[in-house]
Amino acid sequence: MSFTVPPTLAAEIDELISHYPGQKRSASLMLLHAVQEHFGWISPAATEWIAAKLDLQPINVHELVTFYPMFRREPAGRHVIKVCRTLSCALGGSHALHAHFCQKLGLDAHAHGLQTTPDGKFSVEFVECLASCGTAPVLMCNEEFHEGVTTAKADEIMEKCA
Amino acid sequence: MPQEYRLILKNADTPGYTPDLECYLRHGGYEALRKALALAPKALPDGKSMSGPEQIREDVKVSGLRGRGGAGFSCGLKWSFVDRRSGKPIYLICNADESEPGTFKDRQIIHKDPHQLIEGMIISCFANDVKLAYLYIRGEFPEGARILNRALKEARAKNFLGKGILGTAYDLEIHVHRGAGAYICGEETGLIESLEGKRAYPRIKPPYFPAILGLYQCPTIVNNVETLCAVKHIVAMGAAEYAKLGTPNNTGTRIVSVSGQVRKPGYFEVEVGKATIGQLINDFAGGLREGRKLKAVIPGGSSSKVLKAGEKYKLKKKGPDGKDFEQEVEMLDLPYDFDSLMAAGSMSGSGAIIVLDDSTDIVGALANLSEFYAHESCGQCTPCREGSLWMSKALHRLAHGQGRKQDADYLLKIADNIPGGRTICAFGEACSWPVQSFVGKFKDEFVARGEADEARHAAAGPGREPASTSKPQH
Repeated sequence: MSFTVPPTLAAEIDELISHYPGQKRSASLMLLHAVQEHFGWISPAATEWIAAKLDLQPINVHELVTFYPMFRREPAGRHVIKVCRTLSCALGGSHALHAHFCQKLGLDAHAHGLQTTPDGKFSVEFVECLASCGTAPVLMCNEEFHEGVTTAKADEIMEKCA
Repeated sequence: MPQEYRLILKNADTPGYTPDLECYLRHGGYEALRKALALAPKALPDGKSMSGPEQIREDVKVSGLRGRGGAGFSCGLKWSFVDRRSGKPIYLICNADESEPGTFKDRQIIHKDPHQLIEGMIISCFANDVKLAYLYIRGEFPEGARILNRALKEARAKNFLGKGILGTAYDLEIHVHRGAGAYICGEETGLIESLEGKRAYPRIKPPYFPAILGLYQCPTIVNNVETLCAVKHIVAMGAAEYAKLGTPNNTGTRIVSVSGQVRKPGYFEVEVGKATIGQLINDFAGGLREGRKLKAVIPGGSSSKVLKAGEKYKLKKKGPDGKDFEQEVEMLDLPYDFDSLMAAGSMSGSGAIIVLDDSTDIVGALANLSEFYAHESCGQCTPCREGSLWMSKALHRLAHGQGRKQDADYLLKIADNIPGGRTICAFGEACSWPVQSFVGKFKDEFVARGEADEARHAAAGPGREPASTSKPQH
């Protein structure tokens, strides 16, 4: 499997590794973030590439991808909507909000895990506490954080996604 | 009515206050660092002398500062455990993995006043002879990580960081390290494993006390964001002045996050113990919604044991004559501090209050929390990995019309068999305490739910689904 890393990403990765003098393995999570931000997911080839870069076995990287919920082993939609599921947001209506997204996008609100629309535009998932319980319900659309999300605001968020 | 006392959040919400260095400097930023670096050795009566860093460590002890992340352990004592004779480097890690449900205080500091945190970190590193420190921020704070990276860059450019800080011989570098969505990274030894590039499996203590065998098997200090900010203020105002804030053994200020079923959820910085739970809910957070009555309060993040409305607790107090006496206090009149909450059988934890009013489906609320713990158990210890999932499954069926009347006892039995030294870390306690307290204090509701489900299923006949099931709320 070929896996090519563009020069800018390669430079970013070298910079990240330099943050852990003599302890390359520590850079694993930061490299996984950098690779996922660029490619959208962590492919088996990416796992092997990162492992080689850090002088690790692929399993050392793969076990991180399976442990940490933010890393994906398959591509997601172009826009990933993460709705907070935990108590304060649940009390603030996050289940209705999640259901609203699913209904609008034709996804199954009761299915477990990340749901992606057939056109690959949107993914929706429930995530655990996003640490903004005072402005429930909250969500993240890609890297953007939104609070006090009403269904009207949810529609706006979706419309803004190109 | 007590007022907010904004020390750490003094500037954060001021209109026009921005997270950049220039703004921070205009507001007296990095003055405490200059003061710390300039501390002259102090002569002691026994002829010895105390270095600047030693004086800061002593000041943090004298200030009475207790960790703001959850355990409320003395910060000065934690620092005093650090093995300074091993010859190995000492590391400091800022725990910015804010993930305890209900908590959203560190987010405010990171987003609005990042340099305050960095200044607190630099001073704490200087005090502990740390040359390399990490800021472990949860993966779900990408914007926070960007803000911190920008702030670190600004600080480096002005020589608050790097080689020979402000003309002294002190070198320090700080890097941001992002987590990736695992709650267990908030546990300090799990965090260290994660920073080493591994799964965040907490380490067993002994021997892996971070102060002795932490990051890369070197002495390591892990402090919460708010705790490190407090260090800056202890240096700026003096330990004795800081200790005057708050109440004895519960000094300083604390940012309390209030969420759930209140009119004005938010974060409020108060002197520790100067406001009661009732005042925080009713005066600061606007009280309950129209026509609602209080049902329960989760006082210190989702792991803390729930307090039921109307409960009374006995607090030990010291009278003016110096004698101890017991005082009975109603739940809402509990002073919001470390010791009072502990006396009430719970904890102030991460300083996060979640309010549940009488419209709350208590079974559904606990089912929600248990699902969180089942998802977040790292899986290392069997009682926690299996127990948290069993509890979540039992609660899920109770919340979805498939319950049994013995489920309440079943839940208690599981919850009682996870904590108490059966697991490597305190997550075992954290997942059990909500179940023990919710089911223990609202048992009739859990039993009634199970009985109703059984009755409905019996009426429908064997093998048939009942016509209607109770609707899950959460």
